[in-house]
Amino acid sequence: MNFPILSSLILLPTVGAFFLFFTRSNKQNNFTVKYVALFTSFVNFLLSIYLWILFDHTTSEFQFVEQRIWIEDFINYKVGVDGISILFILLTTFITPLCILSVNNSIKERLSEFLIAVLIMESFMIGVFCSLDLVIFYLFFEAGLIPMFLIIGIWGGARRVYSAFKFFLYTLLGSVLMLVAIITIYWLTGTTDVIELYSLGIETKYQNLLWLAFFSSFAVKTPMWPVHTWLPDAHVEAPTAGSVLLAAILLKMAGYGFIRFSLGLFPVASEVFTPLIYTLSVIAIIFTSFIALMQEDMKKLIAYSSVAHMGYVTLGIFTIQQQGIEGSIIQMISHGLVSAALFLCVGVVYDRMHSRLINTYGGIVSIIPKYSVLFMLFTLAALGLPGTSGFVGEFLILMGAFKDNFLVAVIASIGVIIGAAYMLWLYKRVIFGKLINNDLKKMIDLNRSESIILTSLAIPTLFFGFYPDPLINTIEVSISDLIETYNFRLASKI
Amino acid sequence: MTNLQLVFPEIFLSLSIMFLLILGVFKKNSSKIIQNLSLAVLLITAVITFNETISIKEVKLFNNSIIIDYLSSLMKIVTLLATFLVLIISSNYLRTFKIFKIEYPILILSSVLGMMIMINSNDLIVFYMGLELQSLALYVLATFNRDQMKSSEAGLKYFVLSALSSGLLLYGCSLIYGFTGSTNFNVIANQLGSSEYAITFGIVFILVGLAFKISAVPFHMWAPDVYEGSPTSVTLFFTMVPKVAALTVFIRFLYVPFLNLIDQWQMILIFLSIASMLFGAIAAIGQTNLKRLVAYSSIGHVGYALAGVATGTNEGMQSSVIYIIIYIIMNLGLFSCLLMMKRENQYYEKIEDLSGLSKNHPMLALSLMIILFSLAGIPPLAGFFAKFYVFKSVIEQSMYFLAIVGLLSTVVAAFYYLRLIKIMYFDKEKEKYDTDHGLWLKFSLTFSTLLILVYFIFPSQLIEVVSRINII
Repeated sequence: MNFPILSSLILLPTVGAFFLFFTRSNKQNNFTVKYVALFTSFVNFLLSIYLWILFDHTTSEFQFVEQRIWIEDFINYKVGVDGISILFILLTTFITPLCILSVNNSIKERLSEFLIAVLIMESFMIGVFCSLDLVIFYLFFEAGLIPMFLIIGIWGGARRVYSAFKFFLYTLLGSVLMLVAIITIYWLTGTTDVIELYSLGIETKYQNLLWLAFFSSFAVKTPMWPVHTWLPDAHVEAPTAGSVLLAAILLKMAGYGFIRFSLGLFPVASEVFTPLIYTLSVIAIIFTSFIALMQEDMKKLIAYSSVAHMGYVTLGIFTIQQQGIEGSIIQMISHGLVSAALFLCVGVVYDRMHSRLINTYGGIVSIIPKYSVLFMLFTLAALGLPGTSGFVGEFLILMGAFKDNFLVAVIASIGVIIGAAYMLWLYKRVIFGKLINNDLKKMIDLNRSESIILTSLAIPTLFFGFYPDPLINTIEVSISDLIETYNFRLASKI
Repeated sequence: MTNLQLVFPEIFLSLSIMFLLILGVFKKNSSKIIQNLSLAVLLITAVITFNETISIKEVKLFNNSIIIDYLSSLMKIVTLLATFLVLIISSNYLRTFKIFKIEYPILILSSVLGMMIMINSNDLIVFYMGLELQSLALYVLATFNRDQMKSSEAGLKYFVLSALSSGLLLYGCSLIYGFTGSTNFNVIANQLGSSEYAITFGIVFILVGLAFKISAVPFHMWAPDVYEGSPTSVTLFFTMVPKVAALTVFIRFLYVPFLNLIDQWQMILIFLSIASMLFGAIAAIGQTNLKRLVAYSSIGHVGYALAGVATGTNEGMQSSVIYIIIYIIMNLGLFSCLLMMKRENQYYEKIEDLSGLSKNHPMLALSLMIILFSLAGIPPLAGFFAKFYVFKSVIEQSMYFLAIVGLLSTVVAAFYYLRLIKIMYFDKEKEKYDTDHGLWLKFSLTFSTLLILVYFIFPSQLIEVVSRINII
């Protein structure tokens, strides 16, 4: 272990951003700027693939661990990956180049600043997924607010200011309590090192409050009902690339946090609060699915469907069953791919017609057939058709849920039906039907970069739908170990 | 003779002030020379302080009325360097308003002398002398732009309210003297046992006076008006330097004689801290003038600094010192930006004047954005670490209420900082500002922004410097 591969993954996008900072964006070198950003993020993707190849999935130990003294006697800079985190890193590095590729049509001004924000965002998010120290985790977790705030606020739609503020303040409010909890953990145990904390454990009497403090942060970020309201606003107003980042990666930070910290550090409290999570998840699944059914704005509909999907994720995590947690992680990865693709699909028609309202469209299947096929694929993946990655995740989650709590599982299964309803209805209204709006006839089908983006999202969606083994292999051992320690510590009450 | 050597910085400074005063009287048009000489004096004093006293653990002089230790040396150097930067970036501003006069640097030097005496004091009388010297110079500085109504008003307001608080403070001193028989901090510490309640009254009065000087809620009323009315360069001085001295006295006064009475004063400090954090955050939301906004934001920041002092531990006190140092750097950057918003010999200080700054002056807007995010306490910028250390020490003492209220008020405060960023980045641009700023102004902005930005790479250095403070 000589080459600091994780630190390189974190730093590389920032270095790219640094280069971009000195390349002013104007008409001529717009391409240079874009290629620099694309190149950086693509190299980062290759690096993460290399990481996956080197990754040893037969052990649940943290690998590629790097440790440096950061603040003497207090905090170490410590990063490492295990089966749970590596997939999120891959997702991040995979989505970012696609995001950058997609800015062609949507971002007209201040392109280089936008790309800088996206790259810095990538750095922070990779940092979140591989940090092994609570304080470092918090740093990355919070720092991500700055670029996202700017992405929504500068390049967003009409109500962007309101949405940007709502996004920032909601998530900040959720996170400050987590900071209190992190410092408290430091004073209780004398360390913020996650690996050490796993072995030390935290006294039972403190766990409930600490769990709630972490929960307040993750619940806002997930987002769980009833603190989900920032998400539709943020999504609707953000530019396409911003929505993609938000849906595909940002939301996963909370799910990851639940597995890594809530389950890992506070097993007793997690057991206590499982009914709370179940209730909120089920409400999120049913309630937001109904809300999604009523939306007239495509982006809003997908945003609400994200809330519902994240409801499955939290449900699966807290089943504490092998299948449940595996399903949650696969669901997060699949949702990362599918929701990114759906937002990009909306972006494609928005760039042409400048409307996100469903009733603007209708009957475009004959005008833009390529688009319609790909959109169909992602719609089906979103509702969890067998053969797409969405199915694997949902199926495993529900399997885990049936093992743990029959009633919850039954209600959650109803959500699948409503999910199918709103997705198919959306597809029907947009793509099929009579062509009423004559402006639609001028629409052109996918151009080259759009086809590349959507196809490269479609391939893994289908591939992992038919053959989820690579994903499951990677996470299996880590999760079974996690559950084992969880049950052990639950029994011994630490 | 060795004794005098230790107060050599103060002696040198006072002699220089007198010399500069005489030079100013006899030489016509000497404001430029005096400005440059004052800068040199500040630097030399800082160097002398560093050489003579930084390595001294603790020495008391003049019948124990003056104390030289690491805390005082460090704070004096911080004061001197901050004053140096303030003075050097304000010259263009003063020239624009035609108030580039010899009195300005001399008054600043005298108030710095007062602050150094405050920082050194180990005795109520010495402390009071330093405080008054400092305040008198500040009253005049506030009115320095005589031709403007607002400036004169600010000075008068400051004078009246400050005199009132000095009266309260003096009354507290006399109470403590009456019940312990001494004005010396160490003697007071030994005499505590007998009449605790009476002494508590004294402490309360002194705390009121100090809270006024440091503009903590509920004794903050003067701050917004004075900050708004004074010339911007003086406001800059007000928001940074006197707070360092006042915080040092806070620490010294509470930790040396009265640490055993912590139950009595801790509640007061927690109240001051919470009230300042909340009020600073909430009241700033409605402001339209940037200087007023900065006034409220500085009230809020004082609240965080006091939270560290309220713990009554060495770590807490150190975290306050770290906080105030980082705060000074952020404020320096913020005011450098304010001083750059100039168009045709007029300075703009309304919030709307920031509108669309990012289009016309991308670098200025970027720096200001970094500074504002840092003031809001968003990681990985320096402002986050300042808050982090404070809350770390607060939570160590299990003062969860203070920590949670403090962190929640950062969320409220984030709102108005974000509003400024929103105006800069999301709104339509206006006319361009001048770009021919002085070299030093550019330097101080770049310097503070870079420091804020890269602080997270080297967080240990500042801690190392501060962790040598040990007065308990």
